[in-house]
Amino acid sequence: MAIIDHQAELARAGGKVTGFWGALGHLLRRYPLGAAGALIVLSIVLMAIFAPWITAFDPTTTNARASLARPGGAHLLGADFMGRDMWSRIVYGARISLAVGIGSTSVGCLIGVSIGLMSGYFGGWLDLLVQRLMDMLQSLPLLVMALVMAAALGPSIGNVIIAISIPLVPTVARVIRSNTLMLREMPYVEAARAVGMNEVSIALRHVLPNTLAPLIVLATAQLGSAILVEAALSFLGLGIPEPYPSWGRMLSESAAEYVRTAPWLVIYPGLAISLAVFGTNLLGDALRDIFDPRLRH
Amino acid sequence: MGTYLIRRLLLMILTLFGISVIIFVLLRVVPGNIADILFDSAGMVSPAEKQKLEAELGLDKPIVIQYVTWIGGLARGDFGYTYVSERPALEEILPRVPVTAKLAGLALFFAILFGVPLGVMSAVRQNTVLDYVLRVISLSGLSLPSFWLGLLILMAFVHYLGWIPIYTNKPDRLWDELVLLSIPAAAVGFRASALIMRLTRSSMLEVLRQDYIRTARAKGASQTAVNYNHALRNAVLPIITIIGIEAAFLVGGLIVTETVFNIPGVARFLVEAIRWRDYPVVQSLVMFIAVVVVTVNFLVDMAYAALDPRIKYED
Repeated sequence: MAIIDHQAELARAGGKVTGFWGALGHLLRRYPLGAAGALIVLSIVLMAIFAPWITAFDPTTTNARASLARPGGAHLLGADFMGRDMWSRIVYGARISLAVGIGSTSVGCLIGVSIGLMSGYFGGWLDLLVQRLMDMLQSLPLLVMALVMAAALGPSIGNVIIAISIPLVPTVARVIRSNTLMLREMPYVEAARAVGMNEVSIALRHVLPNTLAPLIVLATAQLGSAILVEAALSFLGLGIPEPYPSWGRMLSESAAEYVRTAPWLVIYPGLAISLAVFGTNLLGDALRDIFDPRLRH
Repeated sequence: MGTYLIRRLLLMILTLFGISVIIFVLLRVVPGNIADILFDSAGMVSPAEKQKLEAELGLDKPIVIQYVTWIGGLARGDFGYTYVSERPALEEILPRVPVTAKLAGLALFFAILFGVPLGVMSAVRQNTVLDYVLRVISLSGLSLPSFWLGLLILMAFVHYLGWIPIYTNKPDRLWDELVLLSIPAAAVGFRASALIMRLTRSSMLEVLRQDYIRTARAKGASQTAVNYNHALRNAVLPIITIIGIEAAFLVGGLIVTETVFNIPGVARFLVEAIRWRDYPVVQSLVMFIAVVVVTVNFLVDMAYAALDPRIKYED
């Protein structure tokens, strides 16, 4: 057994970290994979925000002469059958992916948190009812549920967001519920009750904020799934409608044919989806390590 | 155990009943049925004919009557008729089950074959270069959309071999069919194996910290014996739970992969039925998927009790 180097251990645990930049540097060293994920996510967000400044072509303007143009030259990543520039479509596609991903994750988390908090805090028949309902929703695969909902609601961005957010609800509700069950028994909740605070205020002021850490971890993981499900829906032709450039739908436009003739139309959109989800997953893993040290391996 | 079993079975039936109501209502609250689609798209149906079509398909009846008719039929094994081919839905679904079952079985086989050993390796060599590489691979497995992976596989075949492994005609021999299906199965299984690998790793790490592992090491058991006999056998329980989750997870992969590889399976049929708003088929297929998922989860729970003598289901 080696002698423990206390100074080194302290430095590793971040004991000597001071200031914002110090903390940032420490996090970068401690979670290199998480930092890489954050960087990927940040670049995609910047890409979405500054889309008009970093593209030369409109993503929806067709140009017969550029039909199936190879990558290089005026069209950096080539052009599709309609002569629309791939780079522009991928950059603007980031807007769609992020809007749907963030939108459906937020809606799903909002509903899930409300349900989980109520069911965990108040218990009783309400809890029983909610649990059974969540069982039902969870017995259907995410994509199946989203497919049926998207088909029933019809194609529009708002409907796709709803179709993806509802299947995300049970997971969030479950986690928040089990957290609430634990927090409900905390001494400070009892103290709040003792001083005469009403139950709803206790749930909102003392229990809810303490579920934030697992929620952030969960939401990041859900964001990745939401982006993937949107891509799958659009790929199957039941997601984002024309003319919006969606990464998933770019792959569906007779992709099997372009596998032979125009591989760039297949490679780049898929790469964009994978990178976005990969970055989100890396970030999510690091956040889980930071917020939930018990699970750290 | 007996009472638990009965309660569990009743809960299963309740869940399935709930799903049937949710799906049924969901498909009907939003306007637009097959009569509307035919009417709008081709203009081939005059208003009177449209009414006749709706009456024929039972779409003009109150929603409760429609539901009871459907559920009553299901109970008698009558899945209704598909609107598109006008054949009994069951006749359309049943022939598609074997190919999907084979594909799912192969994918699960690949997932366990690669996922479990690599997960163990990753845990045993925690925080080494191997561990980092395996973790990045498993995370990318969870990040790649299965349909893109399928397209990339197709592309590799075209580029290097000049042909596409598309399932056009059903091969005569089972072996040939399995070989052909193993290619899309790899696309589905990669994602599934990534999930198994991650969970095997964390489950193993949990077990490796236990006292009995230290005891095994102390008594001089070899590294391999400790890892596989003592640790993996205890880590395998949570992994079995994952296979229950996989059942739902695989379905998503199957839907897109069957579409990419043009496999005439149940999952692709669901997409086609949804596009046509073919209610009887969509309902029946979703119920079919729900039954499979709920049953797998039930069996996993039972296997859990059978494998771990510490777990006893009582009330």
